[in-house]
Amino acid sequence: MTAEQKRKVEGAVALALSTAAAFLGLFWLVFILGDVLFHGIRALTPDLFLNDPVPPGVEGGGLRNAFVGQLMITVCATLIGVPVGILGGTFLAEYARGWKIARFISILADIMVSVPSIVIGTFIYAILVKPVGHFNGWAGAIALSIIMIPVVLRTTEDMLSLVPWTLREAAFALGAPYYKVITQVVYRGAATGILTGILLSIARVAGETAPLLFTSFNNSFFSLNMHQPVASLTVTIFQYAMGPYESWHEQAWAASFVITVFILLLTMAGRLLIKWRYK
Amino acid sequence: MARTAKKNPVDAVFSVVTAAASFTVVILIVAILYELLRESSPAIARFGVWKFLCSTDWDPVKESFGALTNIYGTILTTVLSLMIAMPVAIGIAIFVTEIAPNFLKGPIGAAIELLAAIPSIIYGMWGLFTLSPIMSRFIEPTLKTMFGAVPVVGILFQGTPLGIDILTASVILSIMIIPFTASISRDAFNLTPSVVKESAYAIGATQWEVVKNVVIPYSKLGVFGGMVLSLGRALGETMAVAFVLGNNHRITTSLFDAAATITVTLANEFAEADKDIYLSSLFYLALVLFVLSFITLAVAKFFLLKAERKYSR
Repeated sequence: MTAEQKRKVEGAVALALSTAAAFLGLFWLVFILGDVLFHGIRALTPDLFLNDPVPPGVEGGGLRNAFVGQLMITVCATLIGVPVGILGGTFLAEYARGWKIARFISILADIMVSVPSIVIGTFIYAILVKPVGHFNGWAGAIALSIIMIPVVLRTTEDMLSLVPWTLREAAFALGAPYYKVITQVVYRGAATGILTGILLSIARVAGETAPLLFTSFNNSFFSLNMHQPVASLTVTIFQYAMGPYESWHEQAWAASFVITVFILLLTMAGRLLIKWRYK
Repeated sequence: MARTAKKNPVDAVFSVVTAAASFTVVILIVAILYELLRESSPAIARFGVWKFLCSTDWDPVKESFGALTNIYGTILTTVLSLMIAMPVAIGIAIFVTEIAPNFLKGPIGAAIELLAAIPSIIYGMWGLFTLSPIMSRFIEPTLKTMFGAVPVVGILFQGTPLGIDILTASVILSIMIIPFTASISRDAFNLTPSVVKESAYAIGATQWEVVKNVVIPYSKLGVFGGMVLSLGRALGETMAVAFVLGNNHRITTSLFDAAATITVTLANEFAEADKDIYLSSLFYLALVLFVLSFITLAVAKFFLLKAERKYSR
């Protein structure tokens, strides 16, 4: 083989392997989603949403408690995490723009995004479960909000930085104080971006299991009391999938299906929103 | 910009409130470190640092705890998953930036990134019910017949393939970290100036040679940062491995053995720890994981920032 042929063959092989890698990635995506879809849809019944769990062997049990609990925990986490994240991001991008400390906090937040969520669970256990003496829903919500804060903070910072400085100057020239410029001009300009950040952060925490395992724990009964253990879909999935009963496995698949669809829709909505706004 | 802040009282309040909100990040990190240290202090006092890190004991009955089996499992699964994921992730990045026709670049990139959006509990469940039987029935017996008799390498493929083992956990982890490395590598590849690439084409380089000799060397900092970031992610992954790793506190040499990682031990034993020293040792493990992943992520961030500075010049 001549040198030219060898180079050509080597190139073709390498490019073919890269293409294969891309298809392998797509294959995993289709395989996992397809599997969840296949198993989940079969177990999806009205009972699942309307009934509370029943002992294994009894027909007609559902996961109403887990759906409601998951909703409560996620909503509370959002109500805590989003305002703190947005305000924090505002400081970094506006008042502290260009300061060393802003850069430092921004880097710390980036690291914090990837800190193991189970560590945050142990931290919350130490400060909110151990002193109280029992697992409670608030602990779970706060654990999730700690995961949300850096995500929302970083997107807010980035999105506010994208708003042109001249826009602020125009508002300053009219005599507006900085807080008015931020709330009425900058926030409006960056609204879509911030909304995307919120959607993606909700998508991120809605599937979290590890930080809930020893904060909100689980509850086999329907409960709206955030001061007591609250059931969540993800912890229920963990418990049911590891359990010995076939009916538990089916319900775990159905719950996985619901949560996956919810998260993928949120993620795609966030992506489309940002694409549409910053084209 | 900050000058205007002083003029208006509402502005002063707003700036202080936003500052407080942004400092929660710093406070949280310090508070996590402090609380974990405080809760693990009985275990630190009893087992010390080196003794804890180097001991393979994990015996709740005798109240003797050491982290080595957990650290071993964590590092083994992480490194293995990285070895599986890296070639695939870089291949994907090459495909998306250089090979794919333009109309496919966006959709394929987005689809790969969707892999990162799937919650880890779903990976775990899929691993337990779908991947694990496939591994134990088809893939692991094949590996065993291929490599089991080979000296040295064969040690890795001993025992009965049950599917609940290090190899299955690593494969799942690798699927989870592919999107991180792939998207960071893609962004880094995209930053290679087209002038440089075109010069290489002009002297007769093939497409692969341009990738190999121009694009990859140019973007290696970013790719490396992405790899370390994936490493940090994999270290702390819990639910995806909790289903398929077994929670076996032994140092094992075969990939077909069950093992335990720090995260799996925490997930399985934390809520059940009945003695103070047991719970304290689990907090100690969490502290080790926090420090380990924080350092890894800081290193990743360092390289990514360095890469950013290089490209923006």
